[in-house]
Amino acid sequence: MSTSTTTRLMSFDEALEKFDPVMGLEVHVELNTASKMFCGCPTEFGAEPNTQVCPVCLGLPGAMPVVNEKAVESAMRIGLALNCQIAEWCRFARKNYFYPDMPKNFQTSQYDEPIAFDGWTEVEVDGETFRVDIERAHMEEDTGKSLHVGTSGRIHGADYSLVDYNRAGIPLIEIVTKPIVGTGAKAPLVAKAYVAQLRELLLGLGVSDVRMEQGSLRCDVNLSLRPVGQEAFGTRTETKNVNSLRSVERSVRYEIGRQGALLEDGGTVVQETRHWHEDTGVTTSGREKSDAEDYRYFPEPDLVPIAPSREWVEELRGSLPEPPREHRARLQAEWGFSDLEMRDTVGAGALLLVEQTIAAGASPAAARKWWLSDMARRANEQGVDLADLPVTPADVARVQALVDEGKINDKLARQVFDGVLAGEGTPDEVVAARGLAVVSDEGALSAAVDRAIEANPDVADKIRDGKVAAAGALIGAVMKEMRGQADAGRVRELIIEKLS
Amino acid sequence: MPDITREEVAHLADLARIDLSDAELDHLAPQLAVILDSVKSINEVAADDVPPTSHALPLTNVFRADVVRPGLTAEEALAGAPEVEQQRFSVPRILGEEA
Repeated sequence: MSTSTTTRLMSFDEALEKFDPVMGLEVHVELNTASKMFCGCPTEFGAEPNTQVCPVCLGLPGAMPVVNEKAVESAMRIGLALNCQIAEWCRFARKNYFYPDMPKNFQTSQYDEPIAFDGWTEVEVDGETFRVDIERAHMEEDTGKSLHVGTSGRIHGADYSLVDYNRAGIPLIEIVTKPIVGTGAKAPLVAKAYVAQLRELLLGLGVSDVRMEQGSLRCDVNLSLRPVGQEAFGTRTETKNVNSLRSVERSVRYEIGRQGALLEDGGTVVQETRHWHEDTGVTTSGREKSDAEDYRYFPEPDLVPIAPSREWVEELRGSLPEPPREHRARLQAEWGFSDLEMRDTVGAGALLLVEQTIAAGASPAAARKWWLSDMARRANEQGVDLADLPVTPADVARVQALVDEGKINDKLARQVFDGVLAGEGTPDEVVAARGLAVVSDEGALSAAVDRAIEANPDVADKIRDGKVAAAGALIGAVMKEMRGQADAGRVRELIIEKLS
Repeated sequence: MPDITREEVAHLADLARIDLSDAELDHLAPQLAVILDSVKSINEVAADDVPPTSHALPLTNVFRADVVRPGLTAEEALAGAPEVEQQRFSVPRILGEEA
């Protein structure tokens, strides 16, 4: 991991001895409605540029927006799931700024009248519960996507930008926490756990695809330090582009070290936007943060106020899925996981994956085994979140089914995953293409066992004397001869049969 | 003391990405002050029993169902663009800010 030459970092431990971190997390969630927030354009990801646009989302003169009812409903359900109050009356507002990603020259958002406010949720880290208060959840629209053309690929040094407005106008909910205090050294993990839990909650609500790698869930991390014992907050920075769970944790850790060193050296933290660089694991200075008044918010005259009836709110409240804590407790009981197993599963960001793998037919133990050992190691090596590995819960369940059927063993299963992750196809396709099935030819197996016994007479004698544990050496010999493509359980049975 | 200072007008111009010369600022700032003053006269008409309003119609909850409707083709969407490249709007780079 490289850091920029001029940035001194304080070690995490030292920074935590001297300073108390205060965080604020802003999460933007793209809703999975069929159509956009204010027009009927489709919202599909990955369409050809500028094929999902109309006069409304292109900001053409005279075009009038109309609010998507499903998006309002989703916003209220998110608010309710986060224990928020739902506004009895609220409006949209224009957030004015001149940047080509919004063709209207303003973003339709909400300002001082969010649809949901004053909520809370609880996250758990290493068995400790932290309460995160929610300031607000408001409705807005996504922006277009700019492609900066030039030598560096970044805007500085770009000659011009190319804009695709397919994303402009997709409904977005921004969820803002109140300052999160008292997390100390657990701050990076609390931040990660909060975003992971939000993802779980949103998926449970069915309101978003929550694919961080596709940008349907994006996180901005506000962080400040104050000397231990001081009441007043320090100056904060806002780190943008934090688009994986792993990065949420790393960026908090990095900013703690950077601000700690800066304050220790007698410097001051500049209130600014900082950019997170996934590849190098550092943040760099962006623009100085605009004051809210620079956005010259005013009520959107083209949209009438929203006043959800209390009946509507209660109906939505009644349709909520069980809250994360209850959900986890139920799953843990169903799966028979110990507290530690459950904690590890949640901590690894694997809860949903394990749940979906079990739903696809795998046993809880097998689902946990694959995700927390094999897949966690691979994700770690590649520096990505578990959920971003190109392997699905259905793939994992299928591989385990192949193991259960005796078609492959665990060793071959790992090779199947190698293939799936390398994009060679489904588990069955990889098994066929790589010829990975175990040898089920009893004659060949039996002959290999005989050869192993003959080659290891001492071991064979031990087994004859009842020391069954010694069979491992013979199994190893047979597996080696079969180049791993044998069912170890069946080999053991054959050895015991022959030597008893 | 006018309601809007020369500095504020310069700042607004900056936000709107309009490059104003000193001479233009000298010319425009007092004009904006006059406009603001004129608009302010509405305050004198509005009594305490008239709440601030943002809409002329007493309507709430005007929604559309979440149904996809055909919009424009890429050709139609890009027809008015000064420059097009890779089926995208080509725009000048924006300095001092990053998306």
